[in-house]
Amino acid sequence: MITLVYLARLRESLGLRSEVVELPPQIRNVAGLLSWLRGRGDTWAAELAPGRAVRVAVNLDMAKADTPVRAGDEIAFFPPVTGG
Amino acid sequence: MTVRVQAEDFDVAREIAALRGRDARVGAVAAFIGLVRDMNEATAVATLELEHYPGMTEKALSGIVEEARSRWRIYDATVIHRIGELKPTDQIVLVAVSSAHRGEAFAACEFIMDYLKTRAPFWKKERTPAGERWVEARASDDEAASRW
Repeated sequence: MITLVYLARLRESLGLRSEVVELPPQIRNVAGLLSWLRGRGDTWAAELAPGRAVRVAVNLDMAKADTPVRAGDEIAFFPPVTGG
Repeated sequence: MTVRVQAEDFDVAREIAALRGRDARVGAVAAFIGLVRDMNEATAVATLELEHYPGMTEKALSGIVEEARSRWRIYDATVIHRIGELKPTDQIVLVAVSSAHRGEAFAACEFIMDYLKTRAPFWKKERTPAGERWVEARASDDEAASRW
């Protein structure tokens, strides 16, 4: 299982704060996970479309497309940060 | 190192006194205070809602301070960032750094702030007379962080 967390604008547009899902065995990294989530269609495909500014953190560290994802991970999706 | 994420306001004088302590090696303290403005991109702002990612925020801020320590000879640093609802003129963020000399304190303070702007998971939502909107990230913030 993995925990997916959605923050800020993404949480609002996807209508979801977090979820626990079974990690499909073929998914090995952040890029694969994003592609799988886009497969949910509609808002998911639009919000997570390639070219949209979506940042990803794996286990509380900023991640890249090739960052590995494994069972037990917490993976967060959010827009570019705007603090300070 | 002091890193705090809190809804309450902070007292700059008290925080700087705590940062200095009784350490007689400290010859310089540089501090930056970020404030809520009443205008953003030509729109009046009534209130600002600050959201963050609990757990990651503290880890990211501590990592940024550690990075500053590895680059400059600083003695200590304080980072306080507020969350929740803020209004124009409110304080949002404090970054303060102590060092022997001003050059290292200024540089480390600016570095921490530039990295915070692009790497710490905070998001601002503005409430304006015309409705609410998420603040968009600025390319100039990425440029400011990339020069370090």
